[in-house]
Amino acid sequence: MTRAKLGDRVVLLVAPAAAVIVLLFVYPFLYGLVLSFRPLSGGVLGNYVTFFTSRSLWPTMFTTLRLAVPATAINVALALPIAYLMRRPTRYQKLVTTILVVPMTLGTVLIAEGMLTYLGPKGWLSQLLQLIHLTSEPVHLTHNYTGVLLSLIVSGFPFVFLLLLSYVSGIDPVLGKAAATLGAGPWQQFRHVYLPLLLPGLAMAFCLAFVQAFSVFPSAVLLGAPAGPTRVISIAAYEAAFEQYDYSLASCVAMIMGAVQLVVVAAVLGVRRALYRGPVAGGKG
Amino acid sequence: MNYFPGSRMHDFDSLRLERVTRRFGKPGSPAALHELSMTIARGEFVALLGPSGCGKSTALNCIAGLIPLSGGAIWLNDDRLDLLPPEKRGFGMVFQNYALFPHMTVRRNVQFGLMMRRVAAAERDRRTARALELVQLTGHEDKLPGQLSGGQQQRVAIARAIVVEPRLVLMDEPLSNLDARLRLEMRAEIRRIHRELGRTTLYVTHDQDEALSMADRIVVMQDGTVQQIGTPEEVYAQPANLHVARFMGFRNLLELDVEEVTGREVALRGPWGVLRGTVKQAPGGRRAVAAIRPDEIAIGPAGAPNAIAGEVEGVEYYGRDCLVEIAAAGGLRLYARTQRPIERGAVVHAAVAPDRVLVYPGSS
Repeated sequence: MTRAKLGDRVVLLVAPAAAVIVLLFVYPFLYGLVLSFRPLSGGVLGNYVTFFTSRSLWPTMFTTLRLAVPATAINVALALPIAYLMRRPTRYQKLVTTILVVPMTLGTVLIAEGMLTYLGPKGWLSQLLQLIHLTSEPVHLTHNYTGVLLSLIVSGFPFVFLLLLSYVSGIDPVLGKAAATLGAGPWQQFRHVYLPLLLPGLAMAFCLAFVQAFSVFPSAVLLGAPAGPTRVISIAAYEAAFEQYDYSLASCVAMIMGAVQLVVVAAVLGVRRALYRGPVAGGKG
Repeated sequence: MNYFPGSRMHDFDSLRLERVTRRFGKPGSPAALHELSMTIARGEFVALLGPSGCGKSTALNCIAGLIPLSGGAIWLNDDRLDLLPPEKRGFGMVFQNYALFPHMTVRRNVQFGLMMRRVAAAERDRRTARALELVQLTGHEDKLPGQLSGGQQQRVAIARAIVVEPRLVLMDEPLSNLDARLRLEMRAEIRRIHRELGRTTLYVTHDQDEALSMADRIVVMQDGTVQQIGTPEEVYAQPANLHVARFMGFRNLLELDVEEVTGREVALRGPWGVLRGTVKQAPGGRRAVAAIRPDEIAIGPAGAPNAIAGEVEGVEYYGRDCLVEIAAAGGLRLYARTQRPIERGAVVHAAVAPDRVLVYPGSS
């Protein structure tokens, strides 16, 4: 048997896995794509025309971006310093990591319930602030933009933190030591050694967290104002599918959602490439 | 510019280690480094030698400031150093795995220390070029570390450490990741750089050949404690104790009864007869250990003075000579080097001059 033939046969081993991916991912995606071009009324692009001309549809794209981009940026900015400080195993590392990761296990709905209780106009925080006379009016942190943003931060942070922690601890600590012996203080070690090596990881964490935040749905409904300021794109898709029973339009919204995510991810990776051209996995000089 | 206090070479006369101790884990646990005291003079090349886990790397990291001391002090002339963070000590360090910054070019790696010291650009470029020339890497400035071979990476690491003109160069097993040929080459290279720049160097290694061939002075360590400090000649020929002897290639360590001690001369009683030796460390008890290098043993016919009779059990061919394993009376095993062709099963007499038999105290 020639090597080429053997190679052909080895490729067959991938077939079962490939079949699963095609059935569970590629087929539904293509089905949705085709469906979006078969509107209930109008031409092939009818749904897309509807989306970009309807006042109730196209603004959802920007509403979602206004939530997802800041939430992701805040999460990455918060998680980076904490992950950096946790890079060396210490007595507190496990405890801190556990506390920070707990929200991940709770699920969006439970977090929303809790936040309604604590942060609502009659919640503890509002009452406490009034009690110590920092404000005379009840504080409105729920059923608006802030509520959804806070919920995205709480539920998204653990994921970003864990991801960055693994990137940070993947960097050989001897690099920081080498920088120290060359005269770099803690800030300079971070600025010149860790940060550049973390850039690929930061970009990756941003992309994954953004994709998650962009598809926000439960907290936008429970903690936001789903009729107005937090009418996110997934709400538009839900309404099209399950209130108007227009699966074709819903598919179109989903396709646009995917396209926006793709554009942002491509932009972030493009910036990363422009800033950093070294090896992807830092550490092993 | 006095960002680094006393960083100019002429105000460094000696580095003094005073009972430097480092414990890992709970207080009371055995120290990884126990009361290391020594003085290193300017321009010296000192090797810390010992098996892995002997505390030599701990000592180096303590001096670099990368791990805090559990006890003792480090002085540079009259400045106490051990409380300063590593970035304030002004030492250059070369790491075993090079520790080059993978995202920086060779030039930026070498310049790193100068940037941290805010050296002006023109001066920085001049010194970087000079350092790269010294390690023979001119022309590789714009490469990333990943594009260089192991030997080249280690040269960059050396250039990066010396370009800042450190008061002390610390090297932590810098050659142990290189292949045998390259190791020999880099050994000579490091010696040459030391000769040219005269930088005080502290070099950690587990390889006695490296220590013997490179250092002005050797500190032999074992279990966190200093066993001997001396010139290569002293450490090689006159090991202070059994640990050092074992590490310096005294492969034959025969524990025997003491028969008679007269001054420095000693007679030991073996199952085959008497073995005469020289006292290195006075044997207190009845038993003593005779330490003999395989290459000090001459294999000859019967009747030679101070000879041990035995049967050849194995012969290992080394090209230049052979290592012969001899089973002597009483279950003792001897190793000897010889250039003579020898067969397994032959009965031989292993003779050794009494001044080449070093006698240390036995276990009881």
